[in-house]
Amino acid sequence: MTTTVPEDVLLQQFDAVIARNDRIEPRDWMPEGYRKTLVRQVAQHAHSEIIGMQPEGNWLTRAPSLRRKAILLAKVQDEAGHGLYLYSATETLGVSRGELTEMLIEGRQKYSSIFNYPTLSFADVGTIGWLVDGAAICNQVPLCRTSYGPYGRAMIRICKEESFHQRQGYELLMTMMRGTDEQRAMVQESVDRFWWPALMMFGPPDADSPNTAQSMAWGIKRNTNDDLRQRFVDMTVPQAEALGVTLPDPELRWNEERGAHDFGQPDWDEFMQVVQGNGPCNRQRIAHRRRAHEDGAWVRDAATAFAARGTS
Amino acid sequence: MSEWPLYEVFVRGKRGLNHVHVGSLHAADDAMALHNARDVYTRRNEGVSIWVVRADAIAASSPDEKDPLFAPAGDKVYRHPTFYSIPDDVPHM
Ligand SMILES: [Fe+2]
Ligand SMILES: [Fe+2]
Repeated sequence: MTTTVPEDVLLQQFDAVIARNDRIEPRDWMPEGYRKTLVRQVAQHAHSEIIGMQPEGNWLTRAPSLRRKAILLAKVQDEAGHGLYLYSATETLGVSRGELTEMLIEGRQKYSSIFNYPTLSFADVGTIGWLVDGAAICNQVPLCRTSYGPYGRAMIRICKEESFHQRQGYELLMTMMRGTDEQRAMVQESVDRFWWPALMMFGPPDADSPNTAQSMAWGIKRNTNDDLRQRFVDMTVPQAEALGVTLPDPELRWNEERGAHDFGQPDWDEFMQVVQGNGPCNRQRIAHRRRAHEDGAWVRDAATAFAARGTS
Repeated sequence: MSEWPLYEVFVRGKRGLNHVHVGSLHAADDAMALHNARDVYTRRNEGVSIWVVRADAIAASSPDEKDPLFAPAGDKVYRHPTFYSIPDDVPHM
């Protein structure tokens, strides 16, 4: 039996669910704009987890000890899992996995700008865990309460795993800071390179983020970009002090009146360049993902053929 | 190439608990689905048992009919213990 409910009634029901802070589930009616916004955001998030394996994967074979190698391997494997949770959530919105992969390798969907920066030293593995996973946690914790059920549930699983990522990175840096002058210099140099790109992870300033208001009205986003950036800076400053590194921002200082840190703005022109595909590693990241996908085609075909025989 | 079928994954967290839906994945067949479910959803001892089932084999109630479908439960408040008032001084009730 199908009855046609008029769209304004459906919209009222949808708005009521959002208004009482309840969750939208996959088979519920939703406005096309809500669905599109979610597909864009969750897919971008999924792609970030998958592309994010590359900068750290770069150091897997050169980790300085078996302990560090096992930890890094587990972390990179987690990121693959995060990508899968989020691809699954995106698929509940009516996009297939194959389409998502295509859109990534054809550059029609984006991923976080941070993964277009190179990892030049092993200290970068620590800095990424501390700052990049740290910024990701800041972004992701409020998303556990996002209005779309499958996205929120994926975020909850991910957040449980992220704390290991941040702590292993910080511990790695602490170990290096207890080492030689050269090792301490490596850490500082790495932090200098990653600080501004980490701040960019929260997206452009609120004034230049036209979609934020609608996303917040829909309960997809729970905080503005600038709010989250501020929270991240406030959390990170004491961690930097404990580590014994400086953050490369001459404007960074405690503001007694606001009860928060003042800080400088990242180079937003550089951000736009990276988003548009002109960062240091954009081409390499996509080429690598495409190669992995194409080189794996025969494995997928073989598994399909094997399953078709029904002998598994 | 057509995509591998979608499987829904259910994990029993520990003995004594129900299997709970944890997510989904694609696999060529049941054996691969189980294997991948272990790798994706139980990397930290999250479970003692896994079920995988092809998503297209699940029959589900539709959200549009949720009012009529669940209406029979709505007017049967006497199915809940709080429907019955018992004096406070009656113990163990
Ligand atoms: Fe992640
Ligand atoms: Fe992570």
